[in-house]
Amino acid sequence: MIALEFPPINAILRWKELFGSFNKISLIAIAAMLIGMTIFLLASKQDHRTAPRGVRNLAESTVDFIENGVVMQTMGRDGLGWTPFLLSLFLFIYLCNVPGIIPFLQMPATARMALPAALALMVWFVYNGAGIKHQGFGGYMKSVLFPPGVPKALYILITPIEFISAIIVRPFSLAVRLFANMLAGHILLVTFALLSEALFQAKDKILIPFGILPFFMLVFLTGFEVLVAFLQAYIFVILTAVYIGGAVHPEH
Amino acid sequence: MEALAKIVAKAAEAAVDPADAKNTAAAGSAGYAYGLATLGPGLGIGFLVGKSVEAMARQPEAAGMVRTTMFLGIAFTEALALIGFVVFILLKFA
Repeated sequence: MIALEFPPINAILRWKELFGSFNKISLIAIAAMLIGMTIFLLASKQDHRTAPRGVRNLAESTVDFIENGVVMQTMGRDGLGWTPFLLSLFLFIYLCNVPGIIPFLQMPATARMALPAALALMVWFVYNGAGIKHQGFGGYMKSVLFPPGVPKALYILITPIEFISAIIVRPFSLAVRLFANMLAGHILLVTFALLSEALFQAKDKILIPFGILPFFMLVFLTGFEVLVAFLQAYIFVILTAVYIGGAVHPEH
Repeated sequence: MEALAKIVAKAAEAAVDPADAKNTAAAGSAGYAYGLATLGPGLGIGFLVGKSVEAMARQPEAAGMVRTTMFLGIAFTEALALIGFVVFILLKFA
């Protein structure tokens, strides 16, 4: 009745290479980096004694959000030194997510595994490094693998579980969470866009008005993706903060 | 589970070529993989958010802290559903 065929996965996730292996996703990632840097460089040019306006207002509100919404909630006052790291992580992920809903770009750069995996690997090195720096290698391993307050015999069971969950599963789930959320949103948008296109161009004239239904769904989901893009960046950063906080200040 | 295996086997029988049969079976089971993966996390997130709203309504001054913890809990619960989604993608396309 209607010519509806889902394109191969590479057609919706991969564009033709611009040069070498440089494609649209690399372009979006580089643009995200440059936009984030530009905002903060422009903001730093302003006179800090007067009331903030324009770009500086934006920059200060993001710093405030990270300080009060992420660091203070998870690490407390002495974690405030981590604000720059978490802020740049948040901005980069958010600016990579947002192109998923910008018309004509329509591709979240984090919907390919490479970017989330690299970010998760970086976070893995940072929180393990921070833990080793603060407690020494032995002390860190002891606090991770041998949590206090457990009967001695249970360590046979607890230690392998803790090792798997803290060292192996954490970066994996961090990467997969961001990647799969953005990919799922992208595929959902593609599905509804294809469905409404197929209905609008159907040979049966009677089907054409029904195209408005998937189209409304498409608009609604685009609005939903605005929320998801922010929420995933927030969750990534808040989990990073929790991991760093746990590595630096172990429970006693 | 037996019914599920039967459906997949029937789908595979319909295709003659072995490679084709494998693809058909994978495509058939991909939907079930994702469908089953949503059940637990769906219940879990519903329960989690419901309890958080209850806590926020009882003690509005602790809303900020409850919200942060709620998002953390959602992130951990949701991971299972997302791994199910990744399995779906792998079965369907890889």
